[in-house]
Amino acid sequence: MVLLDTRAAGGGATESLIVPPRRRRSGVHVHFSRFKWLYLLLIPGIIYFAVFRYAPMFGAIIAFKDYVPFLGIGGSAWVGFEHFTNFFASPDFVRLLGNTLILAFLNLAIAFPLTIVIALLLNELRLSIVKRTVQTLIYIPHFLSWTVVASLTYLLFALDTGPLFHLINTVLGTDINFLTDPDWFRPVIMLQTIWKGTGWGTIIFLAALASVDQEQYEAAIIDGAGRWSRVWHITLPSIAPTIVVMLILKMGDVLDTGFEQIYLMTNSLNREAADVFDTFVYFMGITQGSYSYSTAVGLFKAIVGVILIFGANWLSRRFNQTGIF
Amino acid sequence: MAREKYRFNTPAGRVFDVFNVVILVVIGLIALVPFLYVLAGSFATEAEIATRPFFLWPETFSLKAYSTILTSDAFVRALVTTVLVTAVGTGIQLLLTASMAYPLSKANLPGGRVMLMLIVFTMVFSGGMIPTFLVVKELGLLDTYWALILPAAINPFSLIIIKNFFQQLPKELEESAMIDGANEVRTMWSVILPLSKPVLATFALFYAVGIWNDFMSPLLYLNDSSMWTLQMFLRQVTAATDLSMLQSDASEMPPAQGIKFAVIIVATLPILLFYPFLQKHFAKGMLLGSVKG
Repeated sequence: MVLLDTRAAGGGATESLIVPPRRRRSGVHVHFSRFKWLYLLLIPGIIYFAVFRYAPMFGAIIAFKDYVPFLGIGGSAWVGFEHFTNFFASPDFVRLLGNTLILAFLNLAIAFPLTIVIALLLNELRLSIVKRTVQTLIYIPHFLSWTVVASLTYLLFALDTGPLFHLINTVLGTDINFLTDPDWFRPVIMLQTIWKGTGWGTIIFLAALASVDQEQYEAAIIDGAGRWSRVWHITLPSIAPTIVVMLILKMGDVLDTGFEQIYLMTNSLNREAADVFDTFVYFMGITQGSYSYSTAVGLFKAIVGVILIFGANWLSRRFNQTGIF
Repeated sequence: MAREKYRFNTPAGRVFDVFNVVILVVIGLIALVPFLYVLAGSFATEAEIATRPFFLWPETFSLKAYSTILTSDAFVRALVTTVLVTAVGTGIQLLLTASMAYPLSKANLPGGRVMLMLIVFTMVFSGGMIPTFLVVKELGLLDTYWALILPAAINPFSLIIIKNFFQQLPKELEESAMIDGANEVRTMWSVILPLSKPVLATFALFYAVGIWNDFMSPLLYLNDSSMWTLQMFLRQVTAATDLSMLQSDASEMPPAQGIKFAVIIVATLPILLFYPFLQKHFAKGMLLGSVKG
């Protein structure tokens, strides 16, 4: 330790000896030779971001062209906003927007509050063994792939053989095929979302709950506050900032419905309720080969996404500054 | 840790406690039961799956489903492929991420801040599915396993967390290596990375789960069904038969129910085996990310 300390002191000194402030400003090549090994390390990463992140952004200009693979991006003719105007004018646009927004709304209205409720219930749990066991169990689905979740759904709701098919149809006295009925597409998707994500979502709230000042509870108990009023007057206000920030962040990706989940549950019979921007881009672009049109749809979604994220960020900052923190 | 808030409890509070335990145990079971059902089903006979609507313990044990899939070329190929792609891919992705994170952790690196901003921008905006597909196609990566590894090689979020971790390592250790004449590449390799093993292990698991579970990349980039990964195979086995069942008379022979159960189990098993590590590290990683992000 002593050795380390001396080196620490010496290290600071050597650095200022090696690089006097005047030399630091003396030209690009000096910088480069001093940092050459670090830049060398950066090269693979820079290539990655250039090729797989930025090249597609520039490639997205095919949304304004009539891209023909044979002619290449440069050789294809410009069409301006034609694909966008076509898209906005098509009945697809309203349907996709509707489906996407309904799913986003259900997410915010059902899955999100449920996460908070479960976190609160867990927080009220007195037996720490039960608490830990329940936490361990409800985090598991988060790590399963959407393919596994979709397969489980297919098995559980399978026509005539699925346990949930039997259970729900017996209770309701109906004969619903949950996997193909468009009216049941959203409930099934919500069920998946809740099953897979709710447990994991509680983590952030449990962390916020753990940092609530315990003395407040003692004071409240002395004042005669019951269990419910403690939750209502201490716990909830304490985690309100977290709730608001999480809510705002969620609003930032309203148009992100999750390609894999929706794609895996879409079939020819439920398309009218199932089609969202993400899957539409896939079916138009990859399956049908309308590269430019589908890129325009994707670009529209991405730009709305950026606006929402920056808007949400702005709101969040404003909210944080107005002083709940 | 004494939890003071629980020291006083009313009778109503005690009733609530009981209900609370019951509710949460039920919630915990809901997370587990679908999996137990599939596990039981994978060891049951075909007849039992067909006749009993729901069970968590098979009446007669059968290994038929497993012996069928493990002797199927397509399945074994998908399994081996997935294991290899996951192993190689995780190594490549982790190496690329760490070697980019290290230079960026140097506050005095000229251009570092701009680069970081450009990286953060990719978390907000992307060219989208089709332009990325076209890039992969132009590079000649379609129908190669590189397409499952390279397009997602560096996760910006992981990159930034690893960078932040490197930043808070004591500077003295690096400096002593530098004084001994090592350049930055060597310093990173022999000083920084060994010090960061727990963090790197966490993100290795992150990447591994990502590749193992990935369905979109093989769907987009692999046309050749002999190259399919486990997730693609699973999709084919469960969804395809279900759609043929929807047409009420399945003229072609659908894969037996038990096979679906068994494939789901195999696709999930590695995740469950790693779950204890996952849970420990991921929860921390997520909190770290949400604080710093």
